[in-house]
Amino acid sequence: MAMHICACVKRVPLTGGRITLTEDEQAILTKHLGFTVSPHEECAVEEAVRIVEREGGSVTVLTLGPPEAEEQLRDMMAIGAGRAIHLLSGSKEWDPQATASAIVQAITSDEQAYDLLLFGNESADAGNYQVPIRVAHALGWPCVTAVKAISHEGEHLICEQEVPGGRDVYELSLPAVVSVKEGINLPRYPSVPGRLRAKRQPIVSLAPERPAPRLEMVRLMLPPDSGKQVQVLGHGAEAAPAIVEVLGELGVLP
Amino acid sequence: MSVLVLVEREPDELSAQALAFAAQLDGGAPVAVAIDGPYAPAAWAQTLAELAAQRSPLAVIAPGSERGNEVLAHLAAILDLPFCANTLTLTPGQPATVTRVRWGGSLIEEARLHGSPLLVTVAPHAIAPAQTLPEVELVEPAAHALAVAPTKRVGATGTGVSLETARVVVSGGRGVGSAEGFAVIEELAALLEGAVGCSRAVTSAGWRPHTDQVGQTGTKVAPELYIACGISGATQHMAGCKGAKKLLAINADGEASIFAHADYGVIGDLHEVLPALVDEIRKARGA
Repeated sequence: MAMHICACVKRVPLTGGRITLTEDEQAILTKHLGFTVSPHEECAVEEAVRIVEREGGSVTVLTLGPPEAEEQLRDMMAIGAGRAIHLLSGSKEWDPQATASAIVQAITSDEQAYDLLLFGNESADAGNYQVPIRVAHALGWPCVTAVKAISHEGEHLICEQEVPGGRDVYELSLPAVVSVKEGINLPRYPSVPGRLRAKRQPIVSLAPERPAPRLEMVRLMLPPDSGKQVQVLGHGAEAAPAIVEVLGELGVLP
Repeated sequence: MSVLVLVEREPDELSAQALAFAAQLDGGAPVAVAIDGPYAPAAWAQTLAELAAQRSPLAVIAPGSERGNEVLAHLAAILDLPFCANTLTLTPGQPATVTRVRWGGSLIEEARLHGSPLLVTVAPHAIAPAQTLPEVELVEPAAHALAVAPTKRVGATGTGVSLETARVVVSGGRGVGSAEGFAVIEELAALLEGAVGCSRAVTSAGWRPHTDQVGQTGTKVAPELYIACGISGATQHMAGCKGAKKLLAINADGEASIFAHADYGVIGDLHEVLPALVDEIRKARGA
């Protein structure tokens, strides 16, 4: 059965080892940083592409983000999404309720009808853990989160979730909303033809209005310094006896 | 006004933390509630929605576990209220003021939370668990049209020491250099009866399965000792190992940011340090 899938992604900075904030404490200082798609969401796009490669259908990638997020939409089209929807967010952050309703609005008014919406379980930056679930309720579609494997049997989508002691298996009727976690697949690297094709593919741009936030970010702060002072045990192989001494002190030598 | 706390039937560590968080609010003794039935997040949320309608609580609180976050997101969707996940502090008011974790704990957000009741989950391991637990009120699950529940559980695939419960985790990063390079990491982990971990760079390169990944999008570990070998210390990785009691970093680059998080450091190539360490442990055992 051909599946029409929309995968939702978010542009986030590649933070590296140290986060620095802007002076107004409203954002991460990104002057020297690259950007990427949140890891779980990149896997959502890869999963959508694999399902459509197997079964036919189409993959649309959607983002709510600034004009620069076109870069992430093109990246996702380079790994196989056929078209994109760009909800222009302006410079201010959207809270999860506003984000979900903008996505619902875009999905219900799109020329393409969808069988499946894929999300990442939580974004790398805000980590609000709720946009896919809110979208599911607004559409009246069933929803499973934190999914690590998807297969399709007849009318049902079979989703597996990792839990302590095994995997819980869910059967969903379509249309449905599923959020996935990294590890469900290993996203491919874009090929050169893929990159070239992505440059020409269509992006539908919309500019929804941002409602007043109800989870309203005031400012960002760095967590207090751990205050740790590293004790250097030595350099190279010569440090081995000192390490063994520490292992003994910590009681971890069997 | 009361405070409702969703807990596991047999309250676990995170449930006890959520109860301690709730007890700090000016809402009297928190009411611990568990749902008397198999896990079905939308149905559990509907149950809480009905309880909230009957009792008009100040807040509905859950642990910041996968389940806690999932159920409260459903509850927020049902009630059309905002929801603050992984909360550190909550000061009720109109609106309430909250602090919460972002980037898996690498950043803190201060925010205003509107609406009533206040819906929050408690960031794991940010508060000491309640010492005495109230009696848990068991509630019959309600029905919800969108409720889905697992149809079966299939067994775990992994064998050996699990990352989550290991007392020692030996983890390798990009500095290991290749899939084969992990032989010495595995050898050390086996000697210490620990588990093997790795960074996201390693799973992205296909050197190790994702089940070995420690980090914000992998497994969160809390061993007695975490040995980070050839790992630079990106925020993505640190979000997964900050629960470790002690951290030993082995890295050729003395400027690597991992050393800012480490208790012990060795500056050197892991492929020189680890074989020497393995020999030394064997020698110490033989003695």
